[in-house]
Amino acid sequence: MSGYLASLEAESIEILREAVALAEKPVMMYSIGKDSSVMLHLARKAFWPAAPPFPLLHVDTTWKFREMIEFRNRIARECGMKLLVHTNHKRKAEGVNPFTYDSDTYTGLMKTEALKQALDEGGFDLIIGGARRDEEKSRAKERIFSFRSPGHRWDPKLQRPELWNIYNARIHPGESIRVFPLSNWTEADIWQYIAAENIEIVKLYFAAMRPVVRRSNQWIMVDDERMPLNLGETPEMKMVRFRTLGCYPLTAAMESTATTIAEIVEETQTARTSERQGRLIDHDQAASMEKKKVEGYF
Amino acid sequence: MGDVLRFITCGSVDDGKSTLIGRLLWESKQVFEDHLSALERDSTRYGTQGDAIDFALLVDGLQSEREQSITIDVAYRFFATPRRRFIVADTPGHEQYTRNMATGASTSELAVLVVNAGKGLQVQTHRHARIVSLLGIRHLAMAINKMDLVDWDQEVFDRIVEEFRPVVRELGFQSFQPIPVSALNGDNITESSAAAPWYKGPTLLNYLEEVDATTDVPDLKFRMAVQLVNRPTHDFRGYCGRIASGQVKAGDRVRVVPGGQETKIRSIVAWQSELPSASAGESVTLCLADEVDVSRGSVLSTAGDPVDLSDQFEARVICLSGHHLVAGRSYLMNLHTAQAVATITAIKHRVDARTGSHEAARALEMNDIGVVNVSTDRAVPFEPYERCRRLGSFILVDRITNETVGAGMVDFSLRRAANIHWQHVDINKQARAEQKLQKPVCLWFTGLSASGKSTIANLLEKRVFAAGKHTYMLDGDNVRHGLNRDLGFTEADRTENIRRVTEVARLMVDAGLVTIVSFISPYRAERELARSRFEAGEFIEVFVDTPLEICEQRDPKGLYAKARRGDLKNFTGIDSDYEPPVSPEVHLRTASEPVEQCVDRILQMLEQAGKREEKAQ
Repeated sequence: MSGYLASLEAESIEILREAVALAEKPVMMYSIGKDSSVMLHLARKAFWPAAPPFPLLHVDTTWKFREMIEFRNRIARECGMKLLVHTNHKRKAEGVNPFTYDSDTYTGLMKTEALKQALDEGGFDLIIGGARRDEEKSRAKERIFSFRSPGHRWDPKLQRPELWNIYNARIHPGESIRVFPLSNWTEADIWQYIAAENIEIVKLYFAAMRPVVRRSNQWIMVDDERMPLNLGETPEMKMVRFRTLGCYPLTAAMESTATTIAEIVEETQTARTSERQGRLIDHDQAASMEKKKVEGYF
Repeated sequence: MGDVLRFITCGSVDDGKSTLIGRLLWESKQVFEDHLSALERDSTRYGTQGDAIDFALLVDGLQSEREQSITIDVAYRFFATPRRRFIVADTPGHEQYTRNMATGASTSELAVLVVNAGKGLQVQTHRHARIVSLLGIRHLAMAINKMDLVDWDQEVFDRIVEEFRPVVRELGFQSFQPIPVSALNGDNITESSAAAPWYKGPTLLNYLEEVDATTDVPDLKFRMAVQLVNRPTHDFRGYCGRIASGQVKAGDRVRVVPGGQETKIRSIVAWQSELPSASAGESVTLCLADEVDVSRGSVLSTAGDPVDLSDQFEARVICLSGHHLVAGRSYLMNLHTAQAVATITAIKHRVDARTGSHEAARALEMNDIGVVNVSTDRAVPFEPYERCRRLGSFILVDRITNETVGAGMVDFSLRRAANIHWQHVDINKQARAEQKLQKPVCLWFTGLSASGKSTIANLLEKRVFAAGKHTYMLDGDNVRHGLNRDLGFTEADRTENIRRVTEVARLMVDAGLVTIVSFISPYRAERELARSRFEAGEFIEVFVDTPLEICEQRDPKGLYAKARRGDLKNFTGIDSDYEPPVSPEVHLRTASEPVEQCVDRILQMLEQAGKREEKAQ
């Protein structure tokens, strides 16, 4: 491992240990993606030979790729960690779905609202998440220990100064702290670390022949029979992979022939678009991520 | 030379810092196409550069600041060249956001100070240079920006550099590199500018790629602050932490501070394996040969050259919050992984951020830098900040709001801490109390002026005295005529007023007396500090809760009328806050409870507390 990756790893492990030392009831968000896989690996290293002393929480919209769910269940078993899965059943029963609802409303209800429900039910005072500062402009200003007022709101003007490696996790009841151990990692670092540590990730990240349809200039994978096809639309088989994973109807695939980690690293280094380009939800409005964050989105 | 450089950009507002970083990201090809198209959209909407691309929009992330065209928080940016990786903290120039600058500087090795060639050195330029120096940065680049607006005039450049050189010397920077640039046009960022043939130095990016940003400090031996004890099973006990300095091998002798016990490193545990050795910067788990007393906040260090331990420090402190840092007030102190209750015992002076001169001060206001004495409620292991950032830096947290209100750097331990020993005495508090057949307590009355504190306290004292107990009353007015005649009514003076009264009350309780304190004492923090000076059960907070309207109607001394007219400043309830107790031992509502009934309730409460104590014994 290069010196730079080793120092990123040491910093993340230090952050995870501080999180556990300072919290009453911590939880780790687990989204099944590559960043979650790296974060989970770091947590296992941080507390070895013990298992990480917190549960994993997955907010399941029920529209994730099938492969993701199989992967999630297997990994949690292998780590010996408790896996909590939360779905916003009320909204699901009301028929909220990613096709007939606009992506803003759908995400607000099935992800943000669902997340707040899960956190309130669990009574967690500290939530570890895999967000990185290089992902998006408003995230570049995020603290490593990020203070949330009651209702999980993020006020960019009320953030605590964060100096050195000293974190202030003191809160009143109802408030919470979100901790981002991957703050200083970039997408390229994540891939290089996955390669160096041989971390298992969902196969969707590797190129394969998959059934896709073309919508708004993006390739959308037809993952199951729930996907309604437009008139004259027939899925075609394309060599594609995903740079980022989410709900399949909202996550665009990219044409690629990268079938190994080395090829992915190579592709990432020459990429001309950011990874969030494949996330349909970010394009809704100019400062959409900032707005979602204020409301409590991860 | 490290393969990563962490640096901070700073300077006065409108000097073009964000544009400079946007340009660095752009030139090092870190800007993705979708970011660029968003940038082009935003440029015409918010941009200040007409139809040309406004690079500042790349880094000014938050919507509100895009609309105001200023940077209001620290943004972290990442870019790389084939030679080096960079982590940039882009920090704001507005004075009220100086705390964010200190945040960015705390994890940086180098600073790029941006100066507007057209405006020259500003107050903020000096302030920021001083803050980065204070935070231990020893390498400074000065990007003299907007050179295009002064026609690339070498005289302008030289004048700024010469004016700044004395500051570089005074602040102890090891290296200083001035570079003339135009962030807007990209001159001397990655490519040498044809516009300035007189400049022979490196471009900004060349400089950043090549500079050796290590600091000349003597190497410290092994030290590691323990973050947590990992004890999954009864036969494994590992101490987790990140090594602050030096190197450690299995078999090395180490000492635990505090405690002083010595033992050997049995093993260095890593993921699914063991390491023969580990060094500064690594996160490890250490197993020790013997059972010793180690917990979070302990420091493991080389046995022959252990870390220092003290409960009295001189430190440089930056005030980060709108609540002033006041001498006599106590805070939670997080110093590496140790936590203590810290009291600022003296503000020695405030440092003028522009000139560096020392000024007398009773309180530090937001963005003030001061040299203070700090005393902690327990001895904590530390290294001077100059020798080790990790073991010499701390934050101060408000005990009630939980805000981070201060950041500090330990300069040295005040040796007298080691030399002050409590006089050993045989006649102690217990002996004095037993002689008087009473349990000494401090009854602390708090409430607005004219709320009825003194009336209730007077009647209470009479009743307690009549029962044959020894009492003493400290009242706001009579103490202010004597002991505290030098104090006024500012926040700092009120704090000192209460501190002195607390100490007097403590001596009275130590003398075995039932001590009644009747002070407005408007701030929760001071009352909590007072409470912390007494043993459990000794301090009884009595909240005399009378609505402001009623107090104002009573107004026996005509003070409210005066305050309303503006003849009396800082009057509690009018133009100075009263923070009601959260959970007082006794809560009296005088609007609905007559004085006698109030006193009865306090006496009952004292009696019950006395009975509980007898049972416990």
